[in-house]
Amino acid sequence: MSAAREPIFELRGVSKRFEKRLDVAGRIARSLGAKLRDEVVHAVDGVDLTIGRGEVVGLVGESGCGKSTLGRMVAGILPLSAGEIRRNGVVIARAGGAPEADAAVLREAKLKTQMIFQDPYASLTPRMRVADIVGEAPLVHGIVGRSDLDSYVDEQFRRAGLDPSLKRRYPHQFSGGQRQRIGIARALAVQPDFLVCDEAVAALDVSIQAQILNLFLDLRRDLDLTYLFISHDLGVVEHLSDRVVIMYLGRVVEEADTETVFRRANHPYTRSLLDSVPRIEARKRAFHPVRGEIPSPLNPPPGCHFHPRCPHAIPRCREERPALREIAPGHRSACHLNEAA
Amino acid sequence: MSLTLEVRGLRTHFFTRAGVVKAVDDVSFSVARGRVLGLVGESGSGKSVTGFSIIGLVDPPGRIVSGEILFRGRDLTRLPEEEMRQLRGNRIAMIFQDPMMTLNPVLRIDTQMIETVLAHAKVSREEARARARDALGMVGIPSPEERLSAYPHQFSGGMRQRVAIAIALLHRPDLIIADEPTTALDVTIQGQILAEVQKLAAETGTSLIWITHDLSVVAGLADEIAVMYAGKVVEHGEVSAVLDSPLHPYTAGLIGSVPSRNARGARLKQIPGMTPSLLNLPPGCAFRSRCDRASPACEADPPMRELAPGRNARCIHPLLPAEA
Ligand SMILES: Nc1ncnc2c1ncn2[C@@H]1O[C@H](COP(=O)(O)OP(=O)(O)OP(=O)(O)O)[C@@H](O)[C@H]1O
Ligand SMILES: Nc1ncnc2c1ncn2[C@@H]1O[C@H](COP(=O)(O)OP(=O)(O)O)[C@@H](O)[C@H]1O
Ligand code: SF4
Ligand code: SF4
Ligand SMILES: [Mg+2]
Ligand SMILES: [Mg+2]
Repeated sequence: MSAAREPIFELRGVSKRFEKRLDVAGRIARSLGAKLRDEVVHAVDGVDLTIGRGEVVGLVGESGCGKSTLGRMVAGILPLSAGEIRRNGVVIARAGGAPEADAAVLREAKLKTQMIFQDPYASLTPRMRVADIVGEAPLVHGIVGRSDLDSYVDEQFRRAGLDPSLKRRYPHQFSGGQRQRIGIARALAVQPDFLVCDEAVAALDVSIQAQILNLFLDLRRDLDLTYLFISHDLGVVEHLSDRVVIMYLGRVVEEADTETVFRRANHPYTRSLLDSVPRIEARKRAFHPVRGEIPSPLNPPPGCHFHPRCPHAIPRCREERPALREIAPGHRSACHLNEAA
Repeated sequence: MSLTLEVRGLRTHFFTRAGVVKAVDDVSFSVARGRVLGLVGESGSGKSVTGFSIIGLVDPPGRIVSGEILFRGRDLTRLPEEEMRQLRGNRIAMIFQDPMMTLNPVLRIDTQMIETVLAHAKVSREEARARARDALGMVGIPSPEERLSAYPHQFSGGMRQRVAIAIALLHRPDLIIADEPTTALDVTIQGQILAEVQKLAAETGTSLIWITHDLSVVAGLADEIAVMYAGKVVEHGEVSAVLDSPLHPYTAGLIGSVPSRNARGARLKQIPGMTPSLLNLPPGCAFRSRCDRASPACEADPPMRELAPGRNARCIHPLLPAEA
């Protein structure tokens, strides 16, 4: 499916390292001779990813595997430590060096990529009326003039499924689901073509979650949007996505169209993850969870990061990082077992 | 079948300045020995307040205004606080979404667990420590002996929750009330904990009330399901019966909202509108503004009725099995 689409985003070797500086106690201990260093987290480690126009790409993985960090780099709100990101073929972000694109193109790229967060309340200014929250950016960026602002804001409200007559209210006067709609109206108001949704329905009740997922589906159809949909909820990802990318400790371990991932996953981690998901169809079933804890990204296991939990690990897995290779058209997986065959 | 717990007509209300919040309003259910009841509903439906009522931890301005909570035949609502304290942590234990509600951050795990053992059992410190170690082993904590001397902050979220569960298990309680204990955890860690809990319930005969908003968790874990909406249980029955052919329109709507119940990429069957505020809730079926089967008859409180053997719902126009 993705092969036929023109790429909107191309990520090549994208990495993000965070330095965890020692705290005061640590620095004092070090000055007294303790062997302590500033620690480095490889939050995202050499990710290659292409997203086609109009596609919904689901990004899944356990807590701390780097989903949000990757999403923020795509949205242009976090600089890269390595690699580059192209949007419509032009480099808009590059580690260390200057991007190809000029300032106007960069500004446009950033505006066209909007983010929707898990906690809408934290991302809405509490003392602003919601009409101003939604209307501020399009006014500043000259997308709409002051005289048309009112009707423009009404239109955004209606599109997000909100009654415009509520627009003089403040965020705290809305329910969780309504606040998420306000966040969506605000994002849509700058006319993006790409949304990064980071756990956008995670905090919502099931019945409200269904309403917001339907809204995302409607908007995709009506506005030709492309989504990077980050979620730890595999049921939600399966429902919404055309293609699914699975991350483990900063790396992409598998990528394929949704059908393939959920029916014929290749990577042992993907299969364990799918086995852990509770299903409403199951009855009094035996759970077969992945064993072991999520390793610390500060000190990831060498070789294949998954090897301490992998039921199929071979000696090579402890030493050598498996490359992400195409194992069938459009299906990539990073596992040494694929090379033995 | 001997009942561990029987709740009859429980009403727990909060008397706030803005008005009365009927958080739990005429709730009845029972849990037999060794059975798992899944108490499901969306946020604010009264699940936690039901749990706190059973364990006697409702704080003012809330109080139990009527009803009975029979624990092995004794009505807990009439028990003096001292006797209730003796039951808590001993015969009845509660596990919370945030394990730090149970754990003390400044004490080592062994100190906390040994104290819990000694609070209700006359055994030596060595014996108490051995019980603590065994309990950690039972919930799947590797090298329990070494882990005993750690502090809570040295554990991951999933490990902390396991420790909290181990503490709940120390006295082999008759009843454990678990309030969204895996909601904040990764699915892989949730899967591990569900596997351990399922095994424990089967092995020890402990009855379990598992509170969650996640129908899929209940599907795999519970024997029975009670669905709460706006302070009331609206449907109750065996898991398979309820999930395969719900009788109450709200239950049907909830099941329909689960993405895997819908064709991929298709619009989900959503419930319109949102949950009503429990403050000064008008009489009648609280679901009627969202219900496509509502009629004027629904303006009177629908009673809980047994519509088929073992199948109860609080609805004037329930779905027929064929419609669900
Ligand atoms: N600003 C930061 N400084 C230091 N470390 C960070 C920073 N942001 C993220 N990290 C670390 O980078 C790793 C990846 O974090 P990220 O937030 O991207 O994970 P995630 O996959 O979104 O997790 P979750 O599912 O919990 O949201 C984690 O180890 C995290 O602690
Ligand atoms: N201390 C309190 N004061 C006033 N209202 C409360 C209090 N605790 C809970 N409530 C109300 O009781 C209702 C049920 O709450 P709760 O049992 O926590 O819901 P759930 O656990 O199902 O999400 C909610 O409307 C909530 O706002
Ligand atoms: S590379 Fe080795 S350890 Fe990693 S997933 Fe494949 S078999 Fe398992
Ligand atoms: S009682 Fe009436 S309004 Fe309530 S759920 Fe049944 S049909 Fe709907
Ligand atoms: Mg995140
Ligand atoms: Mg609760």
